[in-house]
Amino acid sequence: MLKFLTDKTAPTTDEPLSLSRRGFIIGMTSVGLTLAFTRSPLSLADPTTAVAEGAFEPTIWFQVNKDGSIIVNITRAEMGQHIGTALARIVTDELEADWDKVSLRYVDSDPKWGYMVTGGSWSVWQSFTPLSHAGAAGRIALIEEAAKRLGVPADQCKARNSRVIAGDKSISYAELVSDGQISRSFSDEELKKMPIKPASERRAIGKDTRALDIPSKTNGEALYGLDAKVDGMVYARPIIPPTRYGSTIGKIDDSAARKIPGYLQTIQLEDPTETVQGWAMVIADSFHAATTAVDQIKVDWTPGDTANVDEQALIDHGFALIDKPETGVVVVDDGNVTKAFTEAESILQQEYITHGVLHFQLEPVNALALEKDGRWEIHTGNQWQSLILPVLAKALGVSEDKVVLRTYMLGGGFGRRLNGDYTVPAALAAKALGRPVKMVLTREDDMRFDSLRSPSAQRVRFAFNAEGEVTGMEHHAAAGWPTQVMAPSFLADGISGGKYDPFAIQGALHWYSVGSNRLRAISNDLANATFRPGWLRSVGSGWVNWALESAMDEAAHKAGQDPVEFRLSRLKAVGKNAGSAPNSVGGAARQANVLRRVREMSGWGSQMPTDTGLGVSTSYGQERNMPTWTACVARVHVDRETGRPTVEKLTLVTDAGTIVHPDGARAQVEGASLWGLSMALHEGTHFENGGVVDTNLNTYTPLRMRDIPEIEIAFIDSTETAVGLGEPATTVVAPAVANAIFAAVGVRMRELPIRADAIREALQTKTDTA
Amino acid sequence: MPIQFQINGKATTVDVPEDTPLLWVIRDDVGLTGTKFGCGIGMCGACTVHINGRATRSCITPVGSIAGTAVTTIEGLTQGGNHPLQQAWVEAQTPQCGYCQPGQIMQAAAMLREFPNPTDDQIDQIMSGNLCRCMAYLRIREAIKIAAGNMQADAAEGAAGGNGHA
Repeated sequence: MLKFLTDKTAPTTDEPLSLSRRGFIIGMTSVGLTLAFTRSPLSLADPTTAVAEGAFEPTIWFQVNKDGSIIVNITRAEMGQHIGTALARIVTDELEADWDKVSLRYVDSDPKWGYMVTGGSWSVWQSFTPLSHAGAAGRIALIEEAAKRLGVPADQCKARNSRVIAGDKSISYAELVSDGQISRSFSDEELKKMPIKPASERRAIGKDTRALDIPSKTNGEALYGLDAKVDGMVYARPIIPPTRYGSTIGKIDDSAARKIPGYLQTIQLEDPTETVQGWAMVIADSFHAATTAVDQIKVDWTPGDTANVDEQALIDHGFALIDKPETGVVVVDDGNVTKAFTEAESILQQEYITHGVLHFQLEPVNALALEKDGRWEIHTGNQWQSLILPVLAKALGVSEDKVVLRTYMLGGGFGRRLNGDYTVPAALAAKALGRPVKMVLTREDDMRFDSLRSPSAQRVRFAFNAEGEVTGMEHHAAAGWPTQVMAPSFLADGISGGKYDPFAIQGALHWYSVGSNRLRAISNDLANATFRPGWLRSVGSGWVNWALESAMDEAAHKAGQDPVEFRLSRLKAVGKNAGSAPNSVGGAARQANVLRRVREMSGWGSQMPTDTGLGVSTSYGQERNMPTWTACVARVHVDRETGRPTVEKLTLVTDAGTIVHPDGARAQVEGASLWGLSMALHEGTHFENGGVVDTNLNTYTPLRMRDIPEIEIAFIDSTETAVGLGEPATTVVAPAVANAIFAAVGVRMRELPIRADAIREALQTKTDTA
Repeated sequence: MPIQFQINGKATTVDVPEDTPLLWVIRDDVGLTGTKFGCGIGMCGACTVHINGRATRSCITPVGSIAGTAVTTIEGLTQGGNHPLQQAWVEAQTPQCGYCQPGQIMQAAAMLREFPNPTDDQIDQIMSGNLCRCMAYLRIREAIKIAAGNMQADAAEGAAGGNGHA
């Protein structure tokens, strides 16, 4: 146990929760110097909610050991974004540490870390200031100690590369920590005044480095949830019921399975949290035995009410809800929208559809659950520990402090593991059997149990006056709402009552000046009942920006304007689109800037070969309070015979403010843009009989290496607030591709994924009617 | 019935049903977890190992069918994990979540034995059997080219120097 030897009022870590709720405490421990951060992190999108969720907990950020090595505690899930490296670089910069001495510790769940969630592209944005302060506090304490030791005033010392230097004298952090008696606290007031370095003084942030998590991912050493094991564990595979909710088991016949060597038993789960309903778990002494046994076991279910729901019903229901003006929640209303449409010379109205997208994180969900010394351990990769811990506690009938999530690398997150539902059946089975249970879902199980990206139905309208100017806009979006189903305390307040899922509509609160604008978000209750809607990489922005940027293109063509110019003329940094410090300085002007830049880079306006076109799209990412300005141009060729679209090139420009880890940032944009392309052309599932029809790669076909286009990526050089990077590029690709298809062959695609057949049929219709 | 084979150069014997996929034998009986489970139908490539040098999907390979063969996993590709591909994977900063990468590297290693200087088209065709859900494809391709270049250079140097280590 680490000990704080700080000022006399500071308690020890024996009572971590009673630590002062404000300021930093720096003290010596048996291993070296430890810094505790006791102010609430700048938590989540909405600090008020964060407070309500109990995010005020002390957090211990890093320690400097006696040998000079530095361990940075990482409370975020590592799922490919190299988040530990980015966060440690922030600490390193202000601490003036030697990067070669820095390592990461991915921590298990514990209240002392505060609210644990990794999503929304929030990690760097939320952590930048507190981690900078933590690093700076450590540096100041080390300099003060060094000044005493070197016999010089502190203001004549500087720190570099884990050494404090004063003239020709210097002393290493290792020496200071191994011999020193450093004890320092920083009040909240001191923290507020603590300067963060100017960008010109940065030595780690913005400089290239190699990600610390990569070497172990090339030699088989990285450990994922699937790799967790303990002595005495048995394997479990669930038998997934016919509906996500409401299925009940009548009879289980396992007589055939009993002949399988290694088969042990089948248990029916009783889940007080109703996370899994109608689940049976097949227990065996190997995964192979459990897997083969499942196929031999007959379960008689009474399925839930949604057993006959199909894709068309979900989409139709969405449009039926849109047709009712009283449904949903108004998110934006500039006033005078009705007037704009009443007085309009002409109206453009279009409808857009997206079909379900499966996470297909490559590591199927799994969890190892066991009880040890009166405490439950759940070994698995997870993105939102603080959301699932109370559920696990309820499922196990214990208090939350008796449950810990042990941390592993995630074999892909993409939002799937924000929903920790998969931990519950493992815990229930371990409790029922009184022994450790390792539950692994097959790919087919994982897909059927996925909390997929909801199908969506949207309608966008533009009012034009006699001069052809846009005077009003409406956007109505209906989809399943993940936050409503799983984390209702994160719902946001509509402007005239009601609550909405911000994650299911963000991306549509755009920065265009369009006269009077109204945005309505609608929860598709049939979707919510049929499946558990998921947060999937960029969440709502993935479908709302598809409709918004397709519609902007249609409006540009109706107005007879160039699609880039049409957008630029509406991206004015005035009024509500002016932007504000610290997160959106520059406002719409920065979105215009990425758009201009992508226009230059992509050869916009140049002569294209036959049946080839350029399409543009832009986005502010997800949150108006954390805008990541993004623009994309796609160059697409269409084969008129087959309708097959070939994306030849994607050009992307991103302004994410300060870039902490440049190569990691680029990797995120590469992956996100290809995700966008995959969802535009290669993925998409649909419902039949209450479930998704695609359960493996034989029919679900994410993009492969042979499908990738040329990609050119640029970042705007900026010292503004560091914002999120993991998702925004996913949102711009599909509309850019659809807009390019229109530019290439003059047919408009309004349904995702875009299928060659749909293009061919549209071309045929166009020819027939011409 | 006990089944004997070599894994990473060491003789091993397992006593499991013959229809057990080699993947689970490697992971749960031999205890090497670098080889991953992704789809179970041989279409994602996360479970790729070498059997007598050939890239093979271990999730659809019954252990009974590989008796007497030599199996190589990511852990045994080289001693110390410094195969030119592994070095190139670090140089190009290829992995994101990393889950597919052992399979990608094993597939690429087998490819480079057959095509030491692969064209883009060969890389795309052969590596398209391996899904990377993070879509780190640009860097997988880049790393393969770096490794192929380094291996060719080493081979040329080896030939010139006559020490024959290649």
